[in-house]
Amino acid sequence: MTVHPPVTVVGAGPAGLAAASAATAAGARVRLIDAEPSPGGQYLRGDALGRAYDGAKVHGARVPDGVDYLPDTEVWALEPLPGGGARLHLRTGPADGSGGAVGAGRADPVGRPGPSTGRTTGEPDAAPPSGTTADDRPGPMGVRSAPSTRPRADDGRAAPLEATSTVAVHTVDAPVLVLATGAHDRVLPFPGWDLPGVVTAGAAQALAKSQRTAIGHNAVVAGTGPFLLPVARSLHGVGARVAAVLEAGAPVSGWLGDPGGAAAGLGKLGELAGHTAALARRRVPYRTRTAVIEAHGDGALEAVTTARLDPRWRPLPGTERTIAADALCLGFGFTPRLEAAIAAGCATSGGFVRVDAAQATSARGVFAAGEPTGIGGAALAAAEGEVAGTAAARAAGHPVAPPLGALRRVRTGRRFAAGLAAAHPIGPGWKEWPRDDTLVCRCEEVALRDLHAAARSAPGGRAFRLASRAGLGLCQGRVCGRNTAELIGLTDEDARRFDRRPIAVPIRLGDLADDT
Amino acid sequence: MSEYLTVTVDGERVTAVPGQTVAALLIGLGRRSWRTTRGEGRPRGIFCGIGVCFDCLVVVNGEPDVRACRRRVADGDAIRVQHGAQTPS
Repeated sequence: MTVHPPVTVVGAGPAGLAAASAATAAGARVRLIDAEPSPGGQYLRGDALGRAYDGAKVHGARVPDGVDYLPDTEVWALEPLPGGGARLHLRTGPADGSGGAVGAGRADPVGRPGPSTGRTTGEPDAAPPSGTTADDRPGPMGVRSAPSTRPRADDGRAAPLEATSTVAVHTVDAPVLVLATGAHDRVLPFPGWDLPGVVTAGAAQALAKSQRTAIGHNAVVAGTGPFLLPVARSLHGVGARVAAVLEAGAPVSGWLGDPGGAAAGLGKLGELAGHTAALARRRVPYRTRTAVIEAHGDGALEAVTTARLDPRWRPLPGTERTIAADALCLGFGFTPRLEAAIAAGCATSGGFVRVDAAQATSARGVFAAGEPTGIGGAALAAAEGEVAGTAAARAAGHPVAPPLGALRRVRTGRRFAAGLAAAHPIGPGWKEWPRDDTLVCRCEEVALRDLHAAARSAPGGRAFRLASRAGLGLCQGRVCGRNTAELIGLTDEDARRFDRRPIAVPIRLGDLADDT
Repeated sequence: MSEYLTVTVDGERVTAVPGQTVAALLIGLGRRSWRTTRGEGRPRGIFCGIGVCFDCLVVVNGEPDVRACRRRVADGDAIRVQHGAQTPS
């Protein structure tokens, strides 16, 4: 009997769920790994409050039956396997919790809350996230785990969130791998952007959609791209006032300049028109060619200064206005999350993972779908996921027909994405927004003048990073990498260094000691 | 599973909801910042909201460097602001 390797999917957003579904339908065994406690990723984010965690079904985002689903699991490192695919180093449990290290005396072997957690309640025999029992299966699933700390799911139920208190560090071999790791908001720096109350549009959206929490009472939404509109609408939905939505670009002229791309996304345009109408009903001002160029406040945001921009995004003198706001939600498009793909050996091009028509990367056995291959939104991500999942099942030895419908939707979606990118370019004039003392790297507190000083004393790549410390903090350049590269004018090769993160997520040494 | 959770924030007893993140709990309490930076002691709160930026770090049950935006509140949690680089207590 031929034993087919499983298909491992990282990321349970639109792309990852579609990949898991397609690979399952093709007959593959599928393992789905996701950092969040429930599926959906950022786009299909559901209300997480007041419900027992029921594992696989939340708000339209559904893990297909039969999939070995590992929620609450971060891939903290990944290395290529000689025969193709990658070995994934995983950490399952409450975000940034500890307790996996028996040797350090932090948790007992059956996963009861350890002394360091200080919890007063919690079910001592809490079931773990389901996937940690995968290593009970023989052979090709290839899970290695530390048996002494492996939590048990006796009845197969997922645990209520608050009862899961033990972290498990384990390793999974994924000879056939689909990476659907998504993206995060890009934010451009300007004076005051590090004040509390200044957040990404994605943060405001996540708080509103999953947590029914408004980031502030009186919000300004600013940046560029169609994502600003649903964020403003969500803020209204949780009771915040939206003082203004500020689009730095001029999207209408951008759309007119590319009728083919716009036509490819008519459905999406309808969705955006709905958001626009909802904001108009509430009389929310929507201004184009306008940006926030300074945030003010003593310890937290109190007001913002806006300015009109020229077509290159340079602020026009004399157009400044000050608006009171306790929240500023910023989004300048999205930055793909590439570290897993880069660690797996996938070639990138223009800041994205290079894939062929079957979503295969340059690394054998590794497929990619969704934002890491190009920013295009949820519908394109799902279509790419379906193609990737089908191709991955084929790579795992299952005969499958080409997913013609999904392939067609990928082609259409990419035309729309190209139109979207053309309509919302980042204007180079943003580089005039930060002042000498504006922080560019928030983690290491590196100001613009420090970047310039480092660039003078240590030009080029690694030396520049070490001299400036930009991108060497906990976020590993995710927030500042591209901004720094553009501000300093780094070469593409040096800019790519910001995307290399051998340790994808910081992990506690005590947990590492347990990864035997 | 109980309907509410009881936790402490800087020593004060407060009520949380199952599934709630530490960040949402703190924002709901009117907090806007809950960390100071290592270098210049700048105030920080939530920023990216999805676990990427590590700005919203908080101390939970003596353990520092917990991302408030990703960590779900558990009953009995002791949540504290984080000042600079802290070691576990």
